[in-house]
Amino acid sequence: MADATVWTGYRTLVGSRIRSQLAYRTSFVLLTLTSAAVGIVELTELYVILHNVPVFGGLDFTQASVVFALANLGFSLADVVFGQLDSIPTLLRAGQLEALLVRPLPLMGQLITNDIQLRRFGRALVALVILIIAMANVAVAWTPSVIYLVITTPIFGAMIYGGLFAVAGGLQFFLIDGAEFTSSFVYGSSYAGELPGSVLTLPLRVAFTFVAPATITAYAPALLILELPGPALLPAWLGWLAPIFAATTWLLASLAWRAGIRRFTGAGG
Amino acid sequence: MRAYAELARGEFRRYSSYRLAILAGVFTNSVFGFIRVSVLSAAIATAGGSIAAYSAREVSTYVWLGQALLAPIALFVWTDIADRVKTGEIAVDLSRPVDLQLGWWLRDLGRAAFVFPARGLPPLLVGALTVGLALPRSWTALPLGLLSVTLGISISFALRFMINLIAFWTLDIRGFVGLYFVLIGPLCGLFVPVHMFPESLRAVINVLPFPWMFQAPIDVLSGRVLNWDALHVIVIQAAWLVVLLVLGRMVLWRATLRLVVQGG
Repeated sequence: MADATVWTGYRTLVGSRIRSQLAYRTSFVLLTLTSAAVGIVELTELYVILHNVPVFGGLDFTQASVVFALANLGFSLADVVFGQLDSIPTLLRAGQLEALLVRPLPLMGQLITNDIQLRRFGRALVALVILIIAMANVAVAWTPSVIYLVITTPIFGAMIYGGLFAVAGGLQFFLIDGAEFTSSFVYGSSYAGELPGSVLTLPLRVAFTFVAPATITAYAPALLILELPGPALLPAWLGWLAPIFAATTWLLASLAWRAGIRRFTGAGG
Repeated sequence: MRAYAELARGEFRRYSSYRLAILAGVFTNSVFGFIRVSVLSAAIATAGGSIAAYSAREVSTYVWLGQALLAPIALFVWTDIADRVKTGEIAVDLSRPVDLQLGWWLRDLGRAAFVFPARGLPPLLVGALTVGLALPRSWTALPLGLLSVTLGISISFALRFMINLIAFWTLDIRGFVGLYFVLIGPLCGLFVPVHMFPESLRAVINVLPFPWMFQAPIDVLSGRVLNWDALHVIVIQAAWLVVLLVLGRMVLWRATLRLVVQGG
């Protein structure tokens, strides 16, 4: 009974949001194109670098593209679902969060369904295409464990990036004006995750593996897929531990989120 | 004239009122700076010490100057004018005794006058203390560089002004704005110096206005181009600025013809 009401609530929210995005047709097409262009533009950085050197962090262009595509697919999937948590500072400042808190649905659920952005699928689609092309051109033995890694890596990657979005969302209640601070580990992870982890300096490699586990979303599993050894402090076998890294990220996320909501004081918005 | 000065001063004060935001911006900016230096130094080490005449220290200078100029040159989404078109407030702006393009240009320079030292110098300092920066071989790089940065900010403004005016034709301009800000990244030399691009691609990019708003100021300020070569770069920047401002005026003229004011 209660479940049915919750379900209808979400369906109304998502349906209305999707219809409103399609209202301005030109803008929607351009937004989807933009979202798709982000992935291609980021790939040009890799292309330009590998136009100057034969290998980058021990990987050639195809191998580096596998890392790039795995991370990009994971991040863009997380962005579709959790990207909306980025709007919390705006909601807080405009006093619109109260309106969401009084509704009989959990806040996280509402924020996620509040503004599902169809256009963000554009980026995920581009990442998938790059992944398929790169995997078709790379020398790889298609063993069951490789197949397992190719399929699960974007999923665990999406969970890790989604967790980082949620940590950031929880911290926003404390930071307010300092919202941009969280971009360092949310978008910083997205950037660091797309790179061969071996090019990161040691402090960055440790930070983006054991604090914000960006290298686990693509580089470490890719090393296992490509049968390559990892650099110092980032052994390839860490790639098998992606589920554990995803779980710890979400543990942190739930702590930050709960603390954030408890901290929230309405101002009668 | 006083009105324009006042607009610039007001914008300076507006941007200086959020201290924590500046601190957070500087922190995030520095993290990205470290990642970018990592990436380019790794490539240069593999190449045997230099790519396109960039050594490790010079590429670090390129990255940290880039991080410093990111906010003042405003490569981030900026829709202040478009928002006023959407709400109709533009009608009030147009009836003011202040020219719309000139007024916003000065406001933008006022914004940059605060943002450049506040958000630009700290990442530069971080870079200098950690990775190290290469100093230009001549003192003239500083005055010429500051002139080049001002031109870069102005070119960026002239382009953003036109993108914002699209709002006169279609109300939801997020699509155009988004596409513009995604595409200028690689075209202006934000991720990788334009000098590292393959020859054919570089030839195309250099006839566009984009590298002249970001790569050019970095080149002049870092002393990669000196004296007469620097002046040559500055002349091209100035030429682009004039072309883009005139184009902007034409677009504004067409836009005001379309304007329908409904009530007050």
